[in-house]
Amino acid sequence: MVELVVFGVAGAICLGGALGVVLNSNPVHAALSLVATLFGIAVLFIAQEANFLAAVQVIVYAGAIVVLFLFVLMLLGVDRAEDLSIEPLRGQRIAAVIIGLGVLALPLLAIVSTGGEATGARPVGAATSIDGTPGQPAPNQLVEGVADIDQLGRSLFTDYLFAFEVTSVLLVIAVVGAVVLSRKVKRAELVDDPLVIEVDA
Amino acid sequence: MIALAEVTPAWYLVLGSMLFSIGCVGLLVRRNPLVMFMCVELMLNAVTLTFVTFSRMLEDVRGQTVVVFVLVVAAAEVVVGLGIIVALLRKQPDATADDLTALKG
Repeated sequence: MVELVVFGVAGAICLGGALGVVLNSNPVHAALSLVATLFGIAVLFIAQEANFLAAVQVIVYAGAIVVLFLFVLMLLGVDRAEDLSIEPLRGQRIAAVIIGLGVLALPLLAIVSTGGEATGARPVGAATSIDGTPGQPAPNQLVEGVADIDQLGRSLFTDYLFAFEVTSVLLVIAVVGAVVLSRKVKRAELVDDPLVIEVDA
Repeated sequence: MIALAEVTPAWYLVLGSMLFSIGCVGLLVRRNPLVMFMCVELMLNAVTLTFVTFSRMLEDVRGQTVVVFVLVVAAAEVVVGLGIIVALLRKQPDATADDLTALKG
């Protein structure tokens, strides 16, 4: 019963926020709706016992990414409301809604046709181990009663250590890219480049 | 109502696909590049929700590991994407997605 209420409230917040992102003509309001959705998803993470990911979701998404969006909106002064009543391409919205409904229909069809076992879920109770030794959890198995951060850390720093290290390279590249993109060049080296910002004087 | 009182993992999958399709429609309909970016974040979050649900359904921690990587990649993507948008909007403050044709061959 508790999970039903949590799912209902968090799901409604998620969907309302998502619709707010799409339907709000003011980008700042859209960003704030996005925060609502991200919080709702964090609550759903907790409801599914992914506590660490819920914390990371709030810190990284709501705390960093949306704040970055708002910084860009405010600093550039592009927070003017968009006129949503005009449709630049005729028939595009209808086509977009049809495509969206198609995107929605495919997973729904998959979920319904498999009767809720859309992943071929392991049967409950039989999942104690793969190699047959009872009481010994299989590698990567999510064990009941062990903190999820313990298991996540073990997985991240053993099996996925190389991928984890590679993400640090990715982050460095992203930082360098952001610095290069937002630098201002001197007039002498100005070329007709849409990404290069002209400076006065 | 009694039959509905139990939340099965399929409900989370349905919610995830609804969020994904809303983000997809937003990406196709909106013309402000920043709002389009927010819709991409929406779709990414729908996918992470699905991954966590699968992680619980299959009792496998690797679903949550993937979510950590998705978070890192999303953060990197936002940094670079917003850098590009800042550079473009500084030059052309009213740019919509229709005006950004600099990469046209």
